[in-house]
Amino acid sequence: MIDSLRRAINRLQYFFRKDPLDRDLNAEMATHLEFAIEENLECGMSPEEARRQAMIRFGGIDQARQQHRETRGLPALDIFLQDLRYTMRTLRRDRAFTIVAVLILALGIGANIVVFSVVNTILLRPLPFSNPHELVWISPPPQTCGMSCMTYSADAYEEFRAQSRSYQDVTGYFAFSTPDNLRLTGRGEPVPATGIEVIGNFFQVLGVQPALGRLFTPDEARHGATPVVLLADHWWRRQFAADPAIVGKKIDLNGTPVTVVGVLPASFDFGAVFSPGAKVDAFTPEVLDDERMWGNIVTMIGRLKPGISVSHAQAEANLIAPKLYFNVKYPQSVGQYKDGVIPVPLKDYVSGRLRRSLVVLWCAVGLILLIVCVNLSNLLLARAASRTREFAMRTALGASRGRLVRQLLTESLVLSGAGAICGLGLAFAAIVWIAHQGSIALPLLSSIKVDASALAWTVFVAIVAAIVFGLAPGLKISRGNLQEALKDSGPGTSEGRKHEQMRGALVISEVALACVLLIGAGLLMRSFLKVLDIDLGFQPDHAASMKVDYDDRAPTEEASIAKRSVIFQQILERVRALPGVEAAGMADFLPLGQNREWGTPVPKGRTYPPGAVPGPLVYVVTPGFVEAMGMRLHGRDFAWSDNPKSERVVMINSSAARFFWPNEDAVGQVLMDGKEELHVVGVVDDIHAETVEGQPGWQIYYPALQTGPEGAQLVVRTSLPPAALAGSVLHALRELNPKQPAAEFRTIRTIVDRAVSPRRFFVLLVSIFAEFGLILATLGIYGVISYSVAQQTQEIGIRMALGATQEDVLRGVIRKTMLLAVTGIVLGTFASVLVARWIASLLFGTQPTDPATFGAMILVMTAVALIAGYIPARRAARIDPMVALRGN
Amino acid sequence: MTQSKLDLLQGTLDLMVLQTLASMGTQHGYGIARRIEQVSGDAVLLNQGTIYASLVRLQQRGWISAEWGASENNRKAKFYAITAQGRKQLAEDTAYWRRLAGVMGRVLAMSNEGGDR
Repeated sequence: MIDSLRRAINRLQYFFRKDPLDRDLNAEMATHLEFAIEENLECGMSPEEARRQAMIRFGGIDQARQQHRETRGLPALDIFLQDLRYTMRTLRRDRAFTIVAVLILALGIGANIVVFSVVNTILLRPLPFSNPHELVWISPPPQTCGMSCMTYSADAYEEFRAQSRSYQDVTGYFAFSTPDNLRLTGRGEPVPATGIEVIGNFFQVLGVQPALGRLFTPDEARHGATPVVLLADHWWRRQFAADPAIVGKKIDLNGTPVTVVGVLPASFDFGAVFSPGAKVDAFTPEVLDDERMWGNIVTMIGRLKPGISVSHAQAEANLIAPKLYFNVKYPQSVGQYKDGVIPVPLKDYVSGRLRRSLVVLWCAVGLILLIVCVNLSNLLLARAASRTREFAMRTALGASRGRLVRQLLTESLVLSGAGAICGLGLAFAAIVWIAHQGSIALPLLSSIKVDASALAWTVFVAIVAAIVFGLAPGLKISRGNLQEALKDSGPGTSEGRKHEQMRGALVISEVALACVLLIGAGLLMRSFLKVLDIDLGFQPDHAASMKVDYDDRAPTEEASIAKRSVIFQQILERVRALPGVEAAGMADFLPLGQNREWGTPVPKGRTYPPGAVPGPLVYVVTPGFVEAMGMRLHGRDFAWSDNPKSERVVMINSSAARFFWPNEDAVGQVLMDGKEELHVVGVVDDIHAETVEGQPGWQIYYPALQTGPEGAQLVVRTSLPPAALAGSVLHALRELNPKQPAAEFRTIRTIVDRAVSPRRFFVLLVSIFAEFGLILATLGIYGVISYSVAQQTQEIGIRMALGATQEDVLRGVIRKTMLLAVTGIVLGTFASVLVARWIASLLFGTQPTDPATFGAMILVMTAVALIAGYIPARRAARIDPMVALRGN
Repeated sequence: MTQSKLDLLQGTLDLMVLQTLASMGTQHGYGIARRIEQVSGDAVLLNQGTIYASLVRLQQRGWISAEWGASENNRKAKFYAITAQGRKQLAEDTAYWRRLAGVMGRVLAMSNEGGDR
């Protein structure tokens, strides 16, 4: 065993010391012969005879030398290096071919690496928590009343945690935090930050250890505890210059000194997992005692005990759920969560609904690689045709078939290896770019990187590609008939029919594959355009928003409202006076952002069974908001006179209005909120408040002076580009409130864009692949046709000499092109029908058999094929018969 | 070459070389080859050149060592010597060969006696 190992090491060493070893051996063998001759002379032979006999006894000197080399070194490696040198030489000679081949491969393999990394990041890699398979997301089944229907009350959470036995522990976080809800002061200009309240045991349950300091203690989640905060790594670095001494210090958040107890590790990115596209800067313990009357506010995340399955947990939850109280002080609030506690693996919650899209993306990129391989196969076949003589010669000189295949395989591997290296470079750039696209609302995407598994994938893809595209030409060449090849490949003879058929078949399959990609991408693109076309119920263009900081704290409720009234009116007056501002208003939440639901007021005198009326999403707004958002209003907007002294008023959306008063005007009607009357003063057209693509639910609007808003988002409508207003709006706000942080001035369009960003991302990638596929197919057609024209130069020359016109020749070549293209397109269209059905669930407002898309894509493919054939056709038509015939 | 000469079995040349070095001490390639020829009574078919592949193999395994030196008539030659490890290997291989030869002998003898064809 050790001997063998020693020998292997020695062989490797000897492999690199060829020259000195050969010299040594030569000297040794020379001495050997001298000894032998000497001995023979002593036996009385003549000098010639002595030498002859010595040589005979020795055997072949070259054989002995060869045997020595093979024994001491690594013959397989020697052959490989020889092949490699030969490959390099041939590839260098054929520079144009090499560049094209490597470029195509680089794009194909690069695209595969990028998509693999995306899939790996979102779908394959486990979540960045300890034992992530134990974690489950617990929520009610999907409904249309927003976050309020996906969360639990503080009491329900505590009851569930206490009663269930399936979990090591259950935690959660406050689901209604808005971006920029914190204001960091005392360090120069006020800085906006996003904080989230988490239940005290949050990090312990997820298994996240602090990078510095400690996590929260149970005491810190009690009422009246000293306020503490944990910093996210990125915020600690950006805002506090990665100061390790920050732990234990106090920072001012929203005007309160808060002690920093720790810094979380860089690997923990709350936004990436729980709210894609958002960055969370700071974490504070949630004081459930203060929030018992707030309704459904927390999400639930559980860590299952080892060995407990999700279905077991589900069975237990089914028993516990009906016994949960919304609020334990109100016995009648029991039973609200019946059938409303469903644990699913956290990973499924985070990325489950993206699975189909990602698989489609993966298939698309696989298709691209296939097209690349077919294309390369074709290029190699064309090269092989001109190389048959070379290989016939080598066979004649004694190369075995295996040796030739080995040589060709080496060539394929060198090409795909070079392609993979360039592709890796491209992919790296693309992945760095993707990682910094904070605006793509895909989970975990910010943690994307080229990791070891991506490298392994690259190697795998490169080898598979090399085998796939090297196979056909390899077999073709090595099967070649020696004599025929030597005879046949002189210039001027046409190629065999069989050869052309093979290339024709390759081009047809290439066109068919490209057709599938193109039609698939077309359908997705059309869906995306349909999504962009959706009437959102508000006008996202020419509007922007900014989180406004204000302080309406006062000893009494009335005083607070009076204070708020003054502040809000001042702000809006100031902002409306800015040049370019057409309208301005405020709301606590914005559409497509956070939302909540407070139960449903119903018309006076009517009762509905539970579950019969949807819960409307609540927006607390100021006068002018509806106009600033570009919503369509029937009736009147709120006025500043809608205050605590006047009657209570609301606006509802048209769906709700139609439901309650199908045949009457809702304006002027009265809704009952418990015992209080709410006068409907306006009906607003439905807005897409939760998702862009989903059906809108109900919305209800309350005036900001009659209902307490949770913060304020200023919305400005302008005729100027919104970015031009950012400075003046902030300046106006700062004049009124020096503590106003420099919050982001976000256009409403950005908010919509972020909501549709996953679809945009997928469509972008698939379209790029489709275009690439189209280009490759075109190249394939062009290559085959122009090659066959070049091969047939003489034939065409003869035909022209016999009276064929330029037009005849042109038509002939184009007919040949179209025969290939149309066959491919027909096959591709059939395949597309199947593929379209498979991706039907990803389409929006588009039938899988959408005739417009199919028609357009077929037209594009045909037109491009025509161009690809026309160029060589024209070249063929311009052949001068005299020159062509003389050419031989 | 006459037909009666034996073709060498795989691996036997290595063993012969080891034994030669063990019995004769330090020796150069020609000397080893000659010695094997003499001892075998010129019964083996040995191309002397093949000995060098065997020598490099044994050397790589660490069973023999090599050094350039001068022969008795003052010629520069490479001298080989068996190492301690080589001796150990030789003992093992010899035992193995003896056993194999014994078994083969018995098996072949049986087939001769019981020849019931």
